[in-house]
Amino acid sequence: MLILTCPCCGVTSEETEFHAGGEAHLTRFGPESSDAEFEGYLFMRENPKGVHFERWRHVYGCGKWFHAARCTTTLEIFGTYTAQTTEPPQEIRDIIARKRPGWSWRAFS
Amino acid sequence: MSRAVTALDGATSTDGIATITEVALQGMITLRGDLASAGIKKAAKTVASVDVPGAGQANCSDDRGICWMSPDELLVLCPYDEVDASLDKIRSTIGSDHALAVDVSDARAVFRVSGAGARDVLAKLVPVDLKPQAFAGGMFRRTRMAQVPVAFWLHEEDVFQIVCFRSHARYVFDLLKVAAQPGSAVDFF
Amino acid sequence: MSTRLATGGRLIDKGKAVTFTFNGSKMRGFAGDTLASALLANDQMLVGRSFKYHRPRGIVASGVEEPNALVNLGTEGTFEPNQRATTTELFDGLTAASQNHWPSLEFDVGAVNAKLSRFMPAGFYYKMFIHPRPLWKHVYEPFIRQAAGLGKAPKGRDDDTYEHFYAFCDVLVIGGGIAGLTAAKAAAASGANVVVLEQTAHWGGRSLVDGGTVDAKPVDKVVEQMVSELSDMPNVTMRTRTMGAGVYDHGYVLGYERLSDHAPHSTSGPRHRLWRIRAGHVITATGALERPLSFAGNDIPGVMLASAVRDYVSNYGVSVGDRTVVVTNNDDAYRTAIALKTAGLTVPVVLDARVTPIDSPLMSEAKAAGIKVLMGHGISKVLGGKRVTGVAVCSQAGEGAVLEEIACDAVAMSGGWSPVVHLWSHCGGKLLWDTDFAMFRPDVDKAPIGADGRAFVSPAGAANGHFGLSDIIGDAHAVGAQAATALGHDAPTSAAPEADSVDEAPMAAVWLMPQGAGKTLRAKAWLDYQNDVKVSDVQLAAQEGFESVEHAKRYTTLGMATDQGKLSNINGLAILSDALNQPIPQTGTTTFRPPYTPISMGAIAGEARAEVFQPIRRTPLHDWHDANGADWEPVGAWRRPYAYVRDGETVHDAVMRETKNVRENLGLLDASTLGKIIVKGSDAGRFLDMLYTNMMSTLKPGKCRYGLMCSENGFLIDDGVVARIDEDTWLCHTTTGGAESIHQHMEEWLQTEWWNWQVYVANVTEQYAQIAVVGPNARKALEALGGMDVSKEALGFMEWADGSLGGFDVRAYRISFSGELSYEIAVRASEGQAFWDALMAVGASLGVMPYGTETLHILRAEKGFIMIGDETDGTVIPQDLGLHWALSKKKTDYLGKRAHTRSHMADPERWALVGLETVDGSVLPDGAYAVADGENANGQRNVQGRVTSSYHSPNLGKGIAMGLVLHGPDRMGEIVEFPGTDGTVYKAKIVNPVFFDPEGEKQNV
Repeated sequence: MLILTCPCCGVTSEETEFHAGGEAHLTRFGPESSDAEFEGYLFMRENPKGVHFERWRHVYGCGKWFHAARCTTTLEIFGTYTAQTTEPPQEIRDIIARKRPGWSWRAFS
Repeated sequence: MSRAVTALDGATSTDGIATITEVALQGMITLRGDLASAGIKKAAKTVASVDVPGAGQANCSDDRGICWMSPDELLVLCPYDEVDASLDKIRSTIGSDHALAVDVSDARAVFRVSGAGARDVLAKLVPVDLKPQAFAGGMFRRTRMAQVPVAFWLHEEDVFQIVCFRSHARYVFDLLKVAAQPGSAVDFF
Repeated sequence: MSTRLATGGRLIDKGKAVTFTFNGSKMRGFAGDTLASALLANDQMLVGRSFKYHRPRGIVASGVEEPNALVNLGTEGTFEPNQRATTTELFDGLTAASQNHWPSLEFDVGAVNAKLSRFMPAGFYYKMFIHPRPLWKHVYEPFIRQAAGLGKAPKGRDDDTYEHFYAFCDVLVIGGGIAGLTAAKAAAASGANVVVLEQTAHWGGRSLVDGGTVDAKPVDKVVEQMVSELSDMPNVTMRTRTMGAGVYDHGYVLGYERLSDHAPHSTSGPRHRLWRIRAGHVITATGALERPLSFAGNDIPGVMLASAVRDYVSNYGVSVGDRTVVVTNNDDAYRTAIALKTAGLTVPVVLDARVTPIDSPLMSEAKAAGIKVLMGHGISKVLGGKRVTGVAVCSQAGEGAVLEEIACDAVAMSGGWSPVVHLWSHCGGKLLWDTDFAMFRPDVDKAPIGADGRAFVSPAGAANGHFGLSDIIGDAHAVGAQAATALGHDAPTSAAPEADSVDEAPMAAVWLMPQGAGKTLRAKAWLDYQNDVKVSDVQLAAQEGFESVEHAKRYTTLGMATDQGKLSNINGLAILSDALNQPIPQTGTTTFRPPYTPISMGAIAGEARAEVFQPIRRTPLHDWHDANGADWEPVGAWRRPYAYVRDGETVHDAVMRETKNVRENLGLLDASTLGKIIVKGSDAGRFLDMLYTNMMSTLKPGKCRYGLMCSENGFLIDDGVVARIDEDTWLCHTTTGGAESIHQHMEEWLQTEWWNWQVYVANVTEQYAQIAVVGPNARKALEALGGMDVSKEALGFMEWADGSLGGFDVRAYRISFSGELSYEIAVRASEGQAFWDALMAVGASLGVMPYGTETLHILRAEKGFIMIGDETDGTVIPQDLGLHWALSKKKTDYLGKRAHTRSHMADPERWALVGLETVDGSVLPDGAYAVADGENANGQRNVQGRVTSSYHSPNLGKGIAMGLVLHGPDRMGEIVEFPGTDGTVYKAKIVNPVFFDPEGEKQNV
């Protein structure tokens, strides 16, 4: 069972206090989008062995959503950061680059 | 106001390793807004007569106080019969700023767990480090108690104040009672 | 025979006699005994029967690894099967019974299986019970069920209570032997917060039996001193009878504390406590387990692990036999021979499979004590049936030709030691094969990884592959110090204590005894005692192609018994590797999974039983409902009254009565569970326009509007009435189940997509008790309460107003889910009961009756109103339900809009909502499918629709239903067939779903 630190309230707690919310940094496609774009938005998800970006909600705590960068094989948490962003902050990317040189995930690296 | 009753009508349990008591009706106002803004701070302080606490903190004395709920939410405590007046004060203090103040006094139940076994009892139910050096006075924690959400703080040494949803009052009271059953002291703290 | 010795027994108190029963016989033991030591003291060699062949089984071990001595313990409310006698502390009045035999332990009919063992090889069950298929259900399954399981399942309710405890520490030490204590001391000395768990009731582990000196003091005194020092340290918590059960991600460890098993009648409080520990670093000082040797007849009662024989003598003053033959491939078993000799018992011979050039100190000591040692020898087979009568000696290098037979009543065997790597491995720690000791040991460079990417588990002492007091203490001290410093504490200033060490001769790997044992001997050489897996079974599995260790395990059931192969795994792996002609590391191990030994289901459940099994949400009126005949219906976590049943009524009667009464007089419904969410801000209108399919921003303050919500997939997720409170505030009603989920849905979109929008939401569901006042007399009732004007003119349909009724502050909504004149009145939850009482009082003369959820359902179905969860199931879109009117064409975007244009969503072949009326007035079965001509590819009838809601309407005097039917709205009047599960085919006519008052005259008064 993981431990996560909520960047919104600063609490570090076990996984049961949180709720996983799937892949992070999806771009919403609305009424004007093509079938392919909409399909990608609704259904296409990364399933990497290694670096991954996820959404979590501190559901039993402050109730806020946040993002976590995590390794799916070792379960190492590289960092957690605000949900009010469309891409991982540079600081998080730097940490990952140090620990997993050459990483890439979707458009990010 | 005499028709107003708490969820469990003041239930108590005293035969275990800690005493559990349902607290009388407590005025509670959810105040959402920019916590850094002067208006929100002033509004909360006007009603609670205490300063706005920092993240993860509560500033409470008797039936007044302010609890930090999230980066944009405070729980303002005041006497139950002052809630309407307090809401008016808050709203007029905030003015046209973007904020939300609502009465949640009746949506909650409040319990007090007290005695030497209080930390033991809580530690059986919440995934929180309750060592005295890790959870001290002034701290405020929202978490999971067994299967439901709660928030709690140290009212004074060995006295925890726990807030839960009113519909969970019976469950939370029974949980605390089970966790405090005689002969169940853990002696960890 | 096994017996109690006049002297010895470190752990027992001969001044305190204890009485217990085994299979109904009264026996005596002493305080401090385990059930196993007490049984042996009473010469109870035979303690059970094996699983498959019902072979006689005796005690093999002295600890958690015991595979045989499993008993049914206790009676009635404290009954528990499969309890290990070796870890069961004796108490006065203990009741135990052996398992897996009929009619008795001594004479067991099932033992005929042993005679048939030739015909029941590995994979027997898979081979036997596969053909012919028709026999599966009525022949094979009953047979297998009869044979399955060792102990009996408890029948009664468990009398005991259990609990969890969340603990946090810097360093958690699992194991309270000399290694664990040393590591804990080193870590604690550096200031770290330390918790030490020991599974037995005693500190010190094997060191007390094996002896030695530390800093020139006897090890038992050293243990005593360390325990006392550690107990006095404020930063250390010590727990005996607490097993480290499992190591999980990010430093999470489960500890299993047995609080009252040793004294169930004299303690109050919970029986077991499950410690949910989060540690910065975990030290596994879990010791090592001795391995059996594989020779013919190694399962006959009286054949035991050499270390166990030593434990019984030393700890409990129990001799397992007058004449004990020791057989070994290593030096440690000599300690047993010497201990027996010292206790005045006879050791006819030590059979040592090795050939060593010079005697090691232990060999010399044994010989000096007058013990005969035969090097290069082993056991060809053990003589005896229900107990050992002798051994046939052979050369280890040969094929088992008997050199001589030696009479004895016990055999002490040692096949070497395996570090307990379970807890190291649970969370991904890797293993190395150590050729010198023929064992897997932790590969400390491949440790489990924590949240910060660093190793969080370290093995120490014997668990780390170190043997001998000096090595163990040195390793444990270093590991303890490292764990603390890695967490930022200062390094301890003290050095590791100095212990003496005894040079031992190298052990030799012996996987089969004798090395060239033929087929007959191999078929009697047991690997897994409990599941009856022999050397020949593993060899057969390999021969039949089950080459992966995980496959061989499942095919043979090796290591799948309650002991999870603690004794058998390494020997089995070695045999498999040999059969596959590959080195052991290439074969690898099966996966070590928690818990280390079985833990009680009660401990896992913790407090969650009886009244706190799960949270039941209660409305402010719950107790009133309960006192007034409520037949409860679970709605999410809430309990809502389904109907209020009066004396002499069935539930159905009550529903019919309530349903008629609402249309004729006055009904009250507790609607408090419906979600109420405040949405406020300058962007609130825009936000609600995105959430609802229809327009909410244009709603005028004081008005209400029904709205639908879809997921981004386009599926209907919730509905309800929205009230506009003021210029920038709306109140959204949700379904009962939707209160939390829709609140979270709103927060999710606000926090993760539209975070710049000026909107705050608050879930105020529980702030209010909300009561629906429904029926022709509804207005009269409110007027009787007195207060605000609730006339048609002052409070029109789909309007709301704040005011006062009967002296209560209320918010009154003029909304209807029944087609009747209807108000929903919200009051403060704390005043809910008082307000309900006031309504009941004024309603007395107006024919008031409370009504439940089933009446609510019938009333809405009579009106053709959909219900989320009945008409919807997560695959239904508003268009399916004829709700096109609620889909805004003006809005450029809302959640679900894009999805509705996908080809399948816009497909005219989607089933659509209609009313259904049986031709004979009966009630259609809920969920029944309408069949169409022909069959699908699987040979099933084609379908063309299904029933989504179905009731008997007392107001219409017939069955009414709603359903989704292919082209339904275009097929009015057509008859379709619904086969029921009872064999009846129901014929129903497709009709308009609005059965009652289609013009809506009753609600607009």
